[in-house]
Amino acid sequence: MGAFLSYTVIGIFTGAAYAIAASGLVLTYSTTRVFNIAHGAVGMVFAFLYWDFSVKQGLPVWLSLILVLGVCAPLTGVFIQRVITRGLGNAPVGASLVVTVAMTVMLIGIARQIWPPDARSLEQYFPDHLIHMGSVIVTWQQIITVVVSILVAAGLYVLLSRTRIGTAMRASVDNPDLLHLYGGRSDIVAALAWAVGTSLAALGGILLAPVIGLQYFDLTLLVISAYAAAMLGKLTNLPLTYVGAMGLGLGQSYIVGYLQYIPGHDKLTGLPAVMPALFLFAILVLLPQAPLRIGQVKGLVSAPVPTLGRSAVFGGGLIVVVILMAAGMADSDLLLVGTAATYGIVMLSLVLLTGYGGFVSLAQFTFAGVGAVAYAKLDQPNLFGLLVAVLISAAVGALVALPVLRLTGLYLALATMAFGLLMDKVVFTSSWAFEFNNPLNAKRLSIFGTHVNSIGNYTIMMTVFFVLISLVVVAVRRGPLGRILIATRDSQAACGTLGLDIRWVRVALFASSAGVAGLAGALLAGLRGTIVSNDFIFFNSLLLLVCVAIWGVTSVSGAAMGAIFLMLLNYLPGFLGKNESTQGLLFILLGAGAILIGRNPNGLMFWVFKIPSWIQGGLFPVLADRFPGMALKVRDFAGGDRDDEVIGEPGGAHAHRDEEEVDSDAVAAR
Amino acid sequence: MSVPILECVDVHAAYGRIEVLRGVDLKVPRGAVVALLGPNGGGKSTLLKVISGQMEKTSGHVHMAGVNVHGASADDLARLGLTTIPEGRSVFPNLTVEENLLLMSYAGVAPDKVFDTAYSYFPRLHERRYQLAGTMSGGEQQMLAMARALTSDPALLLLDELSMGLAPLIVDELYETVAKIAESGVSILCVEQFARTALRVSDYAAVMTGGRVVATGEPNEINEIMADVILGGAA
Repeated sequence: MGAFLSYTVIGIFTGAAYAIAASGLVLTYSTTRVFNIAHGAVGMVFAFLYWDFSVKQGLPVWLSLILVLGVCAPLTGVFIQRVITRGLGNAPVGASLVVTVAMTVMLIGIARQIWPPDARSLEQYFPDHLIHMGSVIVTWQQIITVVVSILVAAGLYVLLSRTRIGTAMRASVDNPDLLHLYGGRSDIVAALAWAVGTSLAALGGILLAPVIGLQYFDLTLLVISAYAAAMLGKLTNLPLTYVGAMGLGLGQSYIVGYLQYIPGHDKLTGLPAVMPALFLFAILVLLPQAPLRIGQVKGLVSAPVPTLGRSAVFGGGLIVVVILMAAGMADSDLLLVGTAATYGIVMLSLVLLTGYGGFVSLAQFTFAGVGAVAYAKLDQPNLFGLLVAVLISAAVGALVALPVLRLTGLYLALATMAFGLLMDKVVFTSSWAFEFNNPLNAKRLSIFGTHVNSIGNYTIMMTVFFVLISLVVVAVRRGPLGRILIATRDSQAACGTLGLDIRWVRVALFASSAGVAGLAGALLAGLRGTIVSNDFIFFNSLLLLVCVAIWGVTSVSGAAMGAIFLMLLNYLPGFLGKNESTQGLLFILLGAGAILIGRNPNGLMFWVFKIPSWIQGGLFPVLADRFPGMALKVRDFAGGDRDDEVIGEPGGAHAHRDEEEVDSDAVAAR
Repeated sequence: MSVPILECVDVHAAYGRIEVLRGVDLKVPRGAVVALLGPNGGGKSTLLKVISGQMEKTSGHVHMAGVNVHGASADDLARLGLTTIPEGRSVFPNLTVEENLLLMSYAGVAPDKVFDTAYSYFPRLHERRYQLAGTMSGGEQQMLAMARALTSDPALLLLDELSMGLAPLIVDELYETVAKIAESGVSILCVEQFARTALRVSDYAAVMTGGRVVATGEPNEINEIMADVILGGAA
C-alpha cells in the first residue's frame, strides 16, 4: 500500500509537469494553428539557460526564474511568432511541421553550441527538506510542481475566459480576418499566446530537468509526453489536457513501479520511456473522425514534372557518372556515394509522401531501419529477400497510418514521431532486432544469381535503384494516381464529394512510402555489411526532413541534391560533420536554412528551375539586341516571373518542363 | 456641399494578374445610404475589401471624411469608426453570444454599453447569450453580426450581401434594422444582389459591372435600368 501511494505521488508530480508543458503547446496551437514540434526543444534550451544563470553564474534562484520565465522566454516567444511562425497557421500543415522541425534542429544546435556536452545537474528545490506523510515521502520539488500546475491552470482559465484578449485569442483561431474587422489586433494576440506558451515550455523544462537530467534529447522529447496529453483534448481543450497529463504521469509511474511483477519484464525495460507513445496511439484510436475541412484550396506552384523520356536520359547520365566514379575512386569514398544513394532513396519516399501527398512523416529513417533489420534477419541476399524487406516495411507503414485513418495530416505526422520513438527505445534495442548497440550483419545483394560483391558495383547498383525509383515516382506523378494525390492534397473535401475514398489512398501512399524507405534501408545494410541501431535513430529522420525541405520536397532533383547534401554534412571530415565543436553550429545553420526556405515546399530547386527561364527570358533578348547575328531561341517565358498566387500548376509545369539536368550537374559537382 | 464620408477615386485592384477593379469612382455623402448593385463578378465585394483595408489596391485613392487612408490596416480603420460586416456569417462560431459581443468592444465602445444596446435591439440575443454563436440559426447569427453595426456607433458602415442564404422574411427584418441605423445618422454603403430590397432603404444607388461603376442615381432611376445592366445592355 505504501509503495502504491509513493508511485501515485511520483505520478501526480510527473503528470503536473507534463500538464504545464502541454498547456503551453495547446495555447499556441489553439490560437495560431501552428503545432510546435519544437516545444520540447524550447523547454530544453531554457532549462539550460536557467542552469547557466542559477548554477554557473551563481545568481539567486528567484532572480534566475524571473529572468528566464519573465524576460527571456516571453521575448523568445514573441520573436518566434514574429519572425518564424507568422502566417504559418494558414499554410498547409506540412509547411508548419517542416518549419518547427527545423526550429527543433536549430535549438538543439544552439544548446550544443552554448553549452557543450558536459556533466551538469540542476538540484531539486529544498532537497534537504522532505515531508513524511505516513509512509510516503514527498519532496518539495513535487509539491511545488503540483502547486505551480494548479496555478497555471487557474491563470490560463482566467486569461482565456475572463479577459477580452483571451477571448480574442480563441476568436483568432476561427477567423483572424474577422477579428481585424472587429478592431482586434491578431498579431498582438498571437504574440501573447506564443510568449505565454514559450514561458510554459520553459517552466516545464525547468521543473523536469532535475528529474530527467540536463540532456539535449531527453528534454526535447518531452514534447511527446506533452502532446500525448494534449491529444486527449484534441489539442484544443485545456481541462482534458490536464486529465490526459495526469493519466499519463500516473500510468508511467505505475509501469515503472510494477513492471517487475509482469512476466518477461526483463525484455520490456524500455517500456516506461515509450509510455507516452503508446498512450498516444491509444488515444488516436479513440478520437472521433476529423471533419473534412473545406475552403482549404491553396494553389501551390509545383515543381516541373519532367517527361519520362527526359528523366530516363538524365537518370542514364547519372548512372554513367557513377560508373566512371566507381572506376576511379577509393572504396571509402565510394561508400559515401552509396550512402548518398541511400539517403536519396529515402528522400524519394518523402517526395512521394510529402511532396505529392502533402503528408509529413517524421520517422522516415525508422522505416529504413525496419527494412534493414528485415533484410539482415531474413538472410536472403537476393531480390526475394529485398522484396520481403520492402513488403515488411510497407506493412509496418500501413500499421502506423491505420490508426490515424480518420484524422488529419497533423495526427499522422505525430503518430510517425511516436512510432519513431517507440522503435528507437523498444524494438530496435530488443533481442529480435539489434539488441543493445549490437551490430547486425548483412550480406551483399545478388541479382538472379549474380553476386554484386565489390563496393564499386554495389554503388552502381544502388544508383540504378535510385534512378528506377525516380522514374517510378515521376511516372506516378504523371499518371492518374498522381492526379489523385495532388487533388487530395489540395482539397480533401472536394475529393470526398467526388466519391473518392481518400482514407485508403492515404494508407496506400503511406505504405508505399514506407516501403521505399525500407528498400533504402535494406540496400544500406547490404552496402555496409554491418548496421547498428544508431544508423536509424529518430533524430536522423528530422535531419533528413530538414535537408530535403531545404532542397525541395516536390521534385526528384530536390531529393538527389538533398541526399548529397546530407551525406556531405554527415561524413565530410574537418570543419563539418563529426567535429563535436562545430556540430552545434551546423545544426543552427541547417535549422535556419530550413526555416527560411522550408515554407516553399519546392525549396531551393524552385530557384534552380528558374535559372534557364531567366537566361532565356532575360539574357537572350539582351544578347540578341547586342549581337543581332546570334541565332538565339528567344521563347516567351511569360510564366517565368509568375507569382505564388497562381492557382494550379499547368502553367508552372509547362513553363519549365525541361530542367532535369540539375541532376547530372549535381553529380558532376560531386 | 460637405465633404463626403467616403470617396473612391480611380481605384484599381487585382488578384494576382487578374484585374478586378478598373478605376472605380464612388461617393457616399455624409448620412446617406448608398446601395451598390450589380451582377456577380462585378467587383462589388472586392471594392468593400479595399475600402475596409482587407485588400491592397494597386492604384487610386480612398478618402474617408476627406482623409486619404492609404495603407491603413483593417483593424486601425475599425477602431477609427469604420464598421464592416463581411458577407456570410460574420460571427465567431466557437464563442458564445456574449463573448462575440465582448469582442465588439474593440471598436471603442465600453463592453457594458455594447451589451445594453445589443440586447435592447435584439432581445433574442439576450435569451441566447451563453449559447455558442455557431449553434444558432442563420438569421440569429446575422442578427448578432448586425449587432456590431448597432453597437459600435460607426461613422461609416459597410454591409456586404446581408441577404446571403437567408429567407426573404428575415432579409426584410434585417433591412428594417438597416433603415433604423440609417435614421440615427450613420452613413451606409451596402452591397446587395437583390436590387429591390436594397433600393427600398437607400438614398442613392450605384451599379458596378466589369470592375467599374457604370451608373449612379436615385433608387427609382436605377431600378429602371437594372435589368439592362445585368443583362448586358448598358455596360
